[in-house]
Amino acid sequence: MRRMMLNGSLVLTAVVTVALCSFSWAQATKAEEDRRLGMESHIGKLTGHAAAAQGTYRRYCVGCHGVLGDGEGENAQWLDPKPRNFTLGIFKCRSTTTGTLPLDSDLFDTIGRGLDSSNMPSWNPLSSQERADLAAYVKHFSARWVTEKPGTPIEIPKKPEVTAERLKAGQEVFQRVECWKCHGPTGMGNGPSAATLTDDQNRPILPYNFHDGNRFKCGTTDEDLYRIFMTGLDGTPMPSWSDNIKPDEAWDLVFYLRTLQPMKSKAKEIARQIGLKPGAPSAAPASAPQQ
Amino acid sequence: MTSARKRFASGVLLASLFLLFAARDANALPAFARKYGLRCSACHEAWPMLNYFGQKFKDNGYQLMNDRDAPIWQNNGYWPVTIRITPSWHRESTDKVAVDQAASGQQRVTSHGFDVGGLDLLSGGTLDKNLSFLFVLSSDENAAFHFESVNARFDNLFGSPWLNLKVGKFELDNIVSEKRGLTLSSSGGGFQLYHFVPLGDNNFVGQIGDNQFGLEWLGHSANDRTRISAALINSSDGNVDLPGSNSYTGFFAGSQAFELGKLGTQRVGFYAMVGQAPTNTLTSGGPDFPIAGGGFGNKNFSREGFNGIFYLGKLDFQVVTQHGSDDAYFATSTAAPGALPAGARSAVWNGAFVETHYVYSPQLIFIQRSEWLRMSQQAIPGTPSNLGDIDNYVFGYRYMPIMNSRAGFAIHNEYSWIRQRGGAPDGTDLTSNSLFLGFDFDF
Ligand code: HEC
Ligand code: HEC
Repeated sequence: MRRMMLNGSLVLTAVVTVALCSFSWAQATKAEEDRRLGMESHIGKLTGHAAAAQGTYRRYCVGCHGVLGDGEGENAQWLDPKPRNFTLGIFKCRSTTTGTLPLDSDLFDTIGRGLDSSNMPSWNPLSSQERADLAAYVKHFSARWVTEKPGTPIEIPKKPEVTAERLKAGQEVFQRVECWKCHGPTGMGNGPSAATLTDDQNRPILPYNFHDGNRFKCGTTDEDLYRIFMTGLDGTPMPSWSDNIKPDEAWDLVFYLRTLQPMKSKAKEIARQIGLKPGAPSAAPASAPQQ
Repeated sequence: MTSARKRFASGVLLASLFLLFAARDANALPAFARKYGLRCSACHEAWPMLNYFGQKFKDNGYQLMNDRDAPIWQNNGYWPVTIRITPSWHRESTDKVAVDQAASGQQRVTSHGFDVGGLDLLSGGTLDKNLSFLFVLSSDENAAFHFESVNARFDNLFGSPWLNLKVGKFELDNIVSEKRGLTLSSSGGGFQLYHFVPLGDNNFVGQIGDNQFGLEWLGHSANDRTRISAALINSSDGNVDLPGSNSYTGFFAGSQAFELGKLGTQRVGFYAMVGQAPTNTLTSGGPDFPIAGGGFGNKNFSREGFNGIFYLGKLDFQVVTQHGSDDAYFATSTAAPGALPAGARSAVWNGAFVETHYVYSPQLIFIQRSEWLRMSQQAIPGTPSNLGDIDNYVFGYRYMPIMNSRAGFAIHNEYSWIRQRGGAPDGTDLTSNSLFLGFDFDF
């Protein structure tokens, strides 16, 4: 009997200690996060203040991204892809090099644009001030912004004229660096690796199907497309190619990728004229290349 | 005239009861919230009033435009249906009602008790990308249902946000929506401006607050800052089976939103309703038996005004003005081509309301509306210039302890006071007030 009581009190002490520790840890993180409420964002002439976005975040974002910004809002369980966990400070849409923090303007643009093929809506009905405040608020969830500076934005050379030669060169880049392994030989998102891909949190993720949409998560313009594969989508298997693809080649690839998409474009028109077919260049078979 | 007043007095009572139901069928759909994983507050300033994000969602044909809008993306268990119910206790008091037992022939009548305003069954959403529908079945307190809304929409035709069509029965494109109003009481639940008819006038089809049958074109910029619409509607006040007989009304609206620094996004707009409706009807078997669709003797009416939604921190203001005019035949309840009373002319009036909201949080909102309607020209010369003028003041709050992406539950308290000049049976002013304590929930 006494022994049992002793055991009991030991267990109780242990429980209380653990509870207290985690409580004070939670307190500490909360306090630390509150300190970060002073975080600002700077987009052109706009200055966003994290503290000013508390109400807006609660009204619009909390159901998905959660009170703690951990992506565990009440709706997260029903969504695929899952809402971003802001505490990690890892973002898909950046103009900065892979592995680095995005610019404030990247977050601002993402909030206004939304992420296609996900439940993240475009928040452009909110005023630019509200979006700037929200960008600062998104930052305040992660300690990364205290210790690190945003990365350097990659340079995008002026877009050249699209030509038949560039389309063919782009097709070869697609072949050479093996975009097809994931995106499929004709860009339909059905490459040999496609079925096995997972993101950083081990959740299955599909490569983009170029035949399916005319928008990307991270933008719509040719410059956006250039930026997407040269910076990569951090947190996903979609890597940055800036080490493997030279700037001029990158433009060739942009033009080639445009020929795979459903909407009209000059690139697509030229491809039709020269009879350029998606897939491996003439010599190789158009079916999935052997690994 | 006196009998017209009597009719009006009971009219006010009836109309206020009618408003209690009519104003309630707001299109707040937890079904949308479930579909997209959004909380009520994302689309609603306070349920059911839309905010700018919600207005854009609606204007896009109930789509977020994220390439996941088609129902094919939904889990099989998804069912786009919402139910709204409003049980309440309310008290109504009208100071001068024609009463047989009263020595003077009129007295105050007050009633109070527990009640339910009926039930709304709403369904809406996409059938496919850019093809959507909405229906709202509303019942009265005896569970007699009618179609409050039923329409199909074709959006982004030719890939352009400027080409959206809607056919069926729908709410007119009022950016300050009565159907999504935040007030519920008998005399304060609707906007007087959206239903005003001068005393002695029998034109009921000029009510911009009532849902109408027709075809609407809506165009808007991609971010919905600029929006413009034109609708061709039956002159039938939304009634079925073509009672208005081959007459039509046009409704036009436009608005522009702009950012005002830290104050946020403001919106200003205009609307105009111009139409014709019959003042006479063919009959069969006596004057009490009109032939459906047998209307003739069409006369003109018009309503036009400005509107705006302005934000100032936690305060916002909805403002609507109106200049209205009814042809002399309507204004004197004369069946054309019958003889008009001597000197008869159109009835003309001006009106405005300001509804102020203090949004403490998405879950607690305080509401005040002041509304004024003033006759500027009486149909019959010599009529007191203020006959029929209306003043209405409403105060209330809505507290929503539950507001997630599955359901909304509001505790709603409201008081409203209304006066119509010369509206009492004896020709003096008629006032009435309503007190409403209730729950308003949907799921
Ligand atoms: C309905 C759910 C939902 C709501 C509400 C929502 N988001 Fe998201 N958000 C997502 C999802 C899902 C993703 C991830 C999409 C993906 O990875 O493709 C995301 C991603 C993001 C990202 C990361 C973008 C990147 O580059 O990786 C940011 C920033 C963001 N959301 C901000 C916001 C803000 C600010 C709000 C409120 C104004 C908000 N979100 C509201 C679902 C939501
Ligand atoms: C290891 C597999 C893999 C390889 C190799 C790969 N991608 Fe991707 N890519 C992905 C995945 C997975 C996504 C989807 C990411 C998401 O949905 O968040 C993606 C998305 C994209 C997108 C759409 C991004 C957006 O914003 O929506 C583009 C464009 C793209 N990839 C281009 C390329 C190009 C060009 C190459 C070759 C230079 C390439 N990818 C190579 C896996 C890969």
